[in-house]
Amino acid sequence: MTEVVLSLRGVTKRFGGLVAVNGMDFDVAEHQVMGLIGPNGSGKSTTLNLISGAFPVSAGRISLRGTPITHLPAQDIARRGISRTFQLVRLLPSMTVQDNVMAGAVFGHRRRWGHEAEGIAQTMLEKVGLGGRGHLRVGQLTYIDTKRVELARALAGEPRVLLLDEWLAGLNPTELETGINLIRALRDEGRTIILVEHVMDAIRSLCDTCVVMAAGSKIAEGTPDQVLSDPAVIRAYLGDDDA
Amino acid sequence: MSLTATDWRNLSLSALALLAAACLPWVVGNYHLTIGVTIAMYAVLATSWALFSGPTHYISLATAAFFGVGAYVTGIGLQHLPYWVLLPLAGLIGAVMAALVGLATLRLSGVYFVIFTLGLAEFVRQIITWGQNVSGTKGLYVLTSITERDIYWQLLGLAALVWALGWLIGRSRLGFALRIIGDDETVAKHSGINTARAKILLFMVPGAVAAITGAVLAPRYVYIEPALAFTPMLSFQVVIMALLGGTGRLWGPLVGVIPFTFLWEAISISFPNQTTLLLGVAFLLIVYFLPRGFVGLIEDARRRMGSEGAR
Amino acid sequence: MDILITGLLLGGTYALIAMGLNLQYGMARIMNLANGEMLVAGGFAAFWFWTAGQLSPFLTVFLVFPVAFALNWLVYQVFLRPLVKRAKSRGQLEVDAILTTFGLSFVSVGLMLAFFGGDYFSYSYLSVPVHLFGSTWGANRVAAFGAAVVICGALWLWLSYSRAGMTIRAIAVAPDSARLVGIDVRKMAALAFALGGAVTASGGALISTFLTLDASTGVMFTLKALVIVIMGGVGEVRGTIVAALLLGLLETFVATVIDPGLTLAAAYLLFVVILLFRPQGLFGKRPT
Repeated sequence: MTEVVLSLRGVTKRFGGLVAVNGMDFDVAEHQVMGLIGPNGSGKSTTLNLISGAFPVSAGRISLRGTPITHLPAQDIARRGISRTFQLVRLLPSMTVQDNVMAGAVFGHRRRWGHEAEGIAQTMLEKVGLGGRGHLRVGQLTYIDTKRVELARALAGEPRVLLLDEWLAGLNPTELETGINLIRALRDEGRTIILVEHVMDAIRSLCDTCVVMAAGSKIAEGTPDQVLSDPAVIRAYLGDDDA
Repeated sequence: MSLTATDWRNLSLSALALLAAACLPWVVGNYHLTIGVTIAMYAVLATSWALFSGPTHYISLATAAFFGVGAYVTGIGLQHLPYWVLLPLAGLIGAVMAALVGLATLRLSGVYFVIFTLGLAEFVRQIITWGQNVSGTKGLYVLTSITERDIYWQLLGLAALVWALGWLIGRSRLGFALRIIGDDETVAKHSGINTARAKILLFMVPGAVAAITGAVLAPRYVYIEPALAFTPMLSFQVVIMALLGGTGRLWGPLVGVIPFTFLWEAISISFPNQTTLLLGVAFLLIVYFLPRGFVGLIEDARRRMGSEGAR
Repeated sequence: MDILITGLLLGGTYALIAMGLNLQYGMARIMNLANGEMLVAGGFAAFWFWTAGQLSPFLTVFLVFPVAFALNWLVYQVFLRPLVKRAKSRGQLEVDAILTTFGLSFVSVGLMLAFFGGDYFSYSYLSVPVHLFGSTWGANRVAAFGAAVVICGALWLWLSYSRAGMTIRAIAVAPDSARLVGIDVRKMAALAFALGGAVTASGGALISTFLTLDASTGVMFTLKALVIVIMGGVGEVRGTIVAALLLGLLETFVATVIDPGLTLAAAYLLFVVILLFRPQGLFGKRPT
């Protein structure tokens, strides 16, 4: 078994009286792609937001390579090597594509500057298929290209763990294939990735393991084939009435 | 990062312009020198204001507070310390005050910051007035041999310093961080930027600069009292001039300061009783018709000319 | 004891003013920095009707309220609606609203200076002593407090039980969801803004019975109202009332024990303490 990079123990988030995430436990091993799946509103994105420090954890522990990061602010978590994309794409509207990606390189895990940062930004743009388009304004991009820029920005931080929040959502069938191939290429480089995703094809072909959530709790864990045939998972997706 | 040919050209042009401005006292009479001092003063204040408020979109109304404190540093300090110590001392006090204000408010939304800074000048004014009542003193006499010319040159030097600082910040990590914060603070945080620290550091610049400006100008007033040193009008005029010029460029505020100073001079003479009303109208005009200031107009015009040239 | 009662009497009137601002900021989402000028205008109206026609300020309120309502509704439609429309983000709207309402504040100060001049305005109405709890109080203060309690109470009942009131509170809590359940958010925001202005102006008419006003004091009241709103929690009715009473007490305490010139400084210090330790307000919920 390879080394555990990220681990969650009893992680809980309450919004007022509502328990959005309830006692989540899981480990992500190095070079592994983990799918975090479940019906809408099951707490997947909230879990991702807790890992990246978007809001404070109510209870439980999160650690990165054995070091606790539970109560760190978002910027410190990013500096320690967890980069993310957002469910609704968030680019920096007044900047060029190149500068958007530079933001990750300059302030991320490795904190590069000058030519070094420019070099990283260019490499990452090429990796996501936007080589030579760095001078464009982000307003001129197509939808999938804005997603590529966001991915390149996350990669430019040279993270230890990459969090992708429904990165494939909203793509048409052709784009979807391109997108899946792109993430597969990242996996083949040996990156550690957590994927919040609805697209079943992507989950089957990309994920090494899956954690399935329903109503804020983990209901199953295993390989994609194992969890997708689990009766509890089928029940969660189809609703209790149909079970 | 190394300097390009354009950088060198801009730098030498700015240096020449500053030199030309420095010759003003030998060319014009007293009246125009007074206007020159006013322009230099607002150029310094508005440029340093825009350094912070431009990228962060936080509207600071604390200029008068820092300015007043600086004036009092000169007023009180003159009896105990040599003059050349007072300016850096004022800057230091202004920066520390700004850091404290920043610590209290810059984590919160912009509305809190506006209110906090608006109240600050009034707060310091009431405290000083009270202190004077308790100790039985009134205002302060600032009697020096410093002339209007000296003040003008000091302000010009300060302006050069502010522009140089703004230029350096623009090329630094901090400057890049601020552009990202201005675009999307959430992205900034998740990219690894300590947004609170960046904002506090930057807010110390206008704090220090306004305090030094107050210290430089104190001898001009001869007699300072709280109501004069902490006049809230100063804060509002700085905001208006900076916005009129535009905060997107380092030279933007200057483009607003020069015409506004002349306009204001004319208004104060022709309509001395309607200044408040007209200041309000100016605010409204800028918000509705010049949201990006003169800089926006100039850049739009340039772009239009550029695209026609390309055709 | 004297301080306690004087403070509560003052705080009651403050509650009314802050309630107006809270309606505008909490519900219409506009930080109206010209709020204090609306108060002064209400006070001037009361002054004018009393000196010109011997009309009681407590009757003037019935005139001030609808006029201020109409005026604020108009201000919202003409000046603020376009900003709400063009704003790309909450932050942008906030900045634009701040600048615009500052502009409006200056314009109204300028207009009032032009019409009334820069003098202080005070008039003598009901300044007969009444005896309460073994001490003497100005009848005008007591009456103003009573009127404020009545207006606040009516407002609270309206917000809690009427359909329109509940709709407005729904917008304050969750503007996006409110839109989803078919609430016309823009119409209600205009209504909340107009109502807020009307409440503040009425507060101004009441406060003018015992405080001296001049054309440029508005900003002081804006600051105090803001401190109260933030202390009580944005969009919180009960919080606003408690915070206003607290501020009234604190100011009276500082004015009697230390120096009357330090009331605003005291309010400001209170604001700083709140910001540092409880930025969501005394009764506000922690933002998520």
